[in-house]
Amino acid sequence: MSAGGGTSGPDRDLASLAADLAARATSARALAEASSRCAAALQPRLNALITATPELASSAADQVDAGRPGALAGIPYVVKDNYCTSGIRTTCGSRMLAGFSPTFDATVVARLHAAGALMIGKANLDEFAMGSSNENSHFGPVRNPWNLDCVPGGSSGGSAALVAAGAVPFAIGSDTGGSVRQPAAFCGVTGIKPTYGKASRLGLVAYASSLDQPGVLARGAADCARVLAVIAGHDPLDATSSTAPVGDYVAAAARGVQGLRIGVVEEFFGAGVDAAVADRCREALAALERAGARLVPVRLPSLPLSIPAYYVLAPAEASSNLARFDGVRYGHRSSRAGTIEELISNSRAEGFGPEVKRRILAGTYVLSAGYYDAYYRRAQQVRRLIANDFARAFEHCDLLAGPTTPTVAFRLGEKQADPLAMYAADVNTVAVNLAGLPAISLPAGFEAGLPVGLQLVARAHDESALFAAGGALQRETDWHLRRPPGASA
Amino acid sequence: MRVSDTRHPGAAIPIDALARLARLALDDDERARHEADLARVVEMMAALASHDVAGVEPLAHALDATATLREDAVTETDASAALLARAPEAQGGYFIVPRVVE
Amino acid sequence: MSRAWQPVIGLEIHVQLATRSKLFSGSATAYGAEPNAQACALDLGYPGTLPVPNREAVRFAIRLGLALNATIAPRSLFARKNYFYPDLPKGYQISQYEDPIVSAGTVRVRRTDGSTFEVEVQRAHLEEDAGKSVHDAFHGATALDLNRAGVPLLEIVSAPVLHSAEDATAYLRTVHRLVRWLGISDGNMQEGSFRCDANVSVRPGPDAPLGTRAEIKNVNSFRFVEKAIAYEIERQVRALENGESIVQETRLYDETQNRTRSMRGKESAHDYRYFPDPDLPPIALPTDLIAEERAGLVELPDARRERYVSELALSDYDADTLTLDRATSDYFETLLQSLATATRADATARPGLAKQAANWVNGELAAALNEAQATIEHSRVPAAALAGLLVRIHDGTVSGKLAKDVFGAMWRGEGDADAVIAARGLGQISDDAPILAAIDAMLAANPKQAEQFRAGDEKVFGWLIGQAMKATRGKANPQRLNALLRERLAQAR
Repeated sequence: MSAGGGTSGPDRDLASLAADLAARATSARALAEASSRCAAALQPRLNALITATPELASSAADQVDAGRPGALAGIPYVVKDNYCTSGIRTTCGSRMLAGFSPTFDATVVARLHAAGALMIGKANLDEFAMGSSNENSHFGPVRNPWNLDCVPGGSSGGSAALVAAGAVPFAIGSDTGGSVRQPAAFCGVTGIKPTYGKASRLGLVAYASSLDQPGVLARGAADCARVLAVIAGHDPLDATSSTAPVGDYVAAAARGVQGLRIGVVEEFFGAGVDAAVADRCREALAALERAGARLVPVRLPSLPLSIPAYYVLAPAEASSNLARFDGVRYGHRSSRAGTIEELISNSRAEGFGPEVKRRILAGTYVLSAGYYDAYYRRAQQVRRLIANDFARAFEHCDLLAGPTTPTVAFRLGEKQADPLAMYAADVNTVAVNLAGLPAISLPAGFEAGLPVGLQLVARAHDESALFAAGGALQRETDWHLRRPPGASA
Repeated sequence: MRVSDTRHPGAAIPIDALARLARLALDDDERARHEADLARVVEMMAALASHDVAGVEPLAHALDATATLREDAVTETDASAALLARAPEAQGGYFIVPRVVE
Repeated sequence: MSRAWQPVIGLEIHVQLATRSKLFSGSATAYGAEPNAQACALDLGYPGTLPVPNREAVRFAIRLGLALNATIAPRSLFARKNYFYPDLPKGYQISQYEDPIVSAGTVRVRRTDGSTFEVEVQRAHLEEDAGKSVHDAFHGATALDLNRAGVPLLEIVSAPVLHSAEDATAYLRTVHRLVRWLGISDGNMQEGSFRCDANVSVRPGPDAPLGTRAEIKNVNSFRFVEKAIAYEIERQVRALENGESIVQETRLYDETQNRTRSMRGKESAHDYRYFPDPDLPPIALPTDLIAEERAGLVELPDARRERYVSELALSDYDADTLTLDRATSDYFETLLQSLATATRADATARPGLAKQAANWVNGELAAALNEAQATIEHSRVPAAALAGLLVRIHDGTVSGKLAKDVFGAMWRGEGDADAVIAARGLGQISDDAPILAAIDAMLAANPKQAEQFRAGDEKVFGWLIGQAMKATRGKANPQRLNALLRERLAQAR
């Protein structure tokens, strides 16, 4: 079963939409309303939204129609519900924040607003961004528009699903271990995680602070480039924000890949990777070759260590980041609380879902006295080894390539019994976060009716190379133009 | 100071101590499940132990950045109304919790 | 004590830095605000908020490091100290663990008997303060005021090298004076901007291993710190001599009963799970800040005290009093400079001037400030003005005694020294003629006393001088009056 619709969203690329708006062939209000209606129509099937904000979008649209300029003026989008939106419910997919609204906008949201983009809603996600299937949300799972029995991926499942289904031309997600790239792959859209520090984390509710990065999901690389250009750049209110310059991403998407060296990573095509997925990726790489890129074999020997390293470091940081949720100053407070101790422990027990608890306990474990050196410190050392591997690989090539995920989207409930199975599937994505590098997932064909994603990784701050490759691939192929069966054309 | 002896990773998971440290009230089912899950996760982490990391500097902050500092200026004016309004319980300008015994 | 127990004390001093805004947020730090009026979303640990370090706090830490001759870390790291407590909004405190900003410094301490000793400062690190819990405002509840959450602290940790309550208190006073002197803290113990925790243990002798220590927290005056430590030493010795062992624990000092008692219900050891704060990359020591601070480092109190004694020949008492705080000392410096310029005194004359200046600052001025309950920064007679008065004593225009009246008038706002002297006609008479005239008139009016003197009664001379001075309405130059009176008395037969 797939996501049919009679209600179509603004399913065009950003350049076309901008042209239509400029020519007054459409209005911002019309786009906002179409988008909101489409998302609402899809909601019973996909459950991709937690909060819809149609009135907000419409009133912002009216300002655009009245002449307010902006690089993304009049373009509807959704933002993952772990981004703070002032006065608008921000739940992080959790009971803990089910009724919570922030008092400020995340910097990414503020920049999009300043650029005239129209937020039509807050997208569903795995609770506190912890998960790879969007089955861990307090607000119910999200379904894949390509096959409603399948997961859309996670944790930015809602964001990916709505772009794939054509409700919005782009969406904002967050990526800590693959949470933008993997759902992009499962949903057949393009998803980019920029270099660590490229986009501000202010207002992005922290999961693992040294790994989290805002990301963009859209139909194509050129559109991702357009949006990233708006949200990227130094933020003095985020001490981890990079001062490195923002490249001309839109130009990069058009420049082609002549002479670009793409390293095909042997470990990315490891034992767990489905043969069909591997084949689709090799076909995509062949297309890039035709476009002028050169393929070279390359190794990342430490890659298998990235899973244990990630699942030590991310939960460790998360256990500390989530300590603030105690029912004292905001958020869920248990009514079963006689003493302060009970108030805190019960509020947290009631507020968090099982995966979040699992990671908090694991994180507490690896940081606790006696275990710190064996796990946490060691994981930080392995992290450096992984970063060194990437650095060595980039001596011989400009991009690294491999399947984003080992399989196509799995069925809902299929991996719930064994959390470790879910973790293991992140092997191609987590290493990138550990090294802080930028990476993109590009639609690369289909397998059994479900999309396959090709991941490209670039050097720090070389998002332009990713866009160049993405743009070239999408001029050679049309996988990124396919829509789920029954969706608006 | 940190205890430098590394405990044997194969030891039993101190689930009660961890739940206490993390302030998570667990019922019996959860306790058992998390104890088992954590044991398996710890097993998975054991792969780290087998790798030689002698002389490798830990990497805490991915790219070699240093912190940007902030000028010493008061930029936040009284937002207590909005913040207290979001409190589960507030009175007289204070956040209220059950009596803390010191 | 039955044998020579050696007390071992280390102090952890938390100094609240006098920045305008907090360590990581732009909230104000002023004392006494309405509850939670100075607590923004970041201070409350709201989701999505991020810390950005305050440059001025870093500057102040550097300044202290330079004053302690300490090592200032080229790269300094913030770490999270994780524990749950209602007044700790994030569930962790941002502090420093490895790579603190300052380490390996020294403080020289002077005891009341004049002997000195050195204290090694192991480290001084930046950290944020927690909020306040108010337990008795609402029945059955605790009220949280998070204004203080996020205020910058510099925690100064000494090595365990203090061996008496007196030495520990002297060290504490020295650090207190220093942080105020440097302008990095107002050091107000009542308001909580200068707090001390004392780690106390005893051992059978200086070569024995360290004993188990108890930590005494939250003592808010020097006097009570000394008493608390003294009590704790005695308590531990008594216990050990009774065959009991010391429990490693936190204790509070009870002022009314002059004893320390165990904090009931406190867990013996927290597992703080320190790890580098991922929201804060390392602080690279800003070279411009260091250069500015080096260049601007003021003469430290100890050095100044030394100079007062060795170059200006001031007494220990005067030197100590004048270097108790920077404002007084700066006043004195200004006074000296103005005096030296006005009198064109050379180096040999300086000690005399300095002594006079010291007397006035520690005497008349101190008394006037005390009565007006004012601090020297708000003295109604600024240093330059006082210098103007002392110059008139120096050049003989007024006597020291009359100068006190002039000072009083200046304090009341009647003008500067010259104006008051002129208005009241107080110029000292140094010419012989008017003095002789007054003497003659007085002697004529008092023949009996004159005869008594001539008959050999020395004592009546004092009375005669007093009368002669009165006859000049106090304006005669005392030395001249004295000499001329003796002449006259010797002459007449």
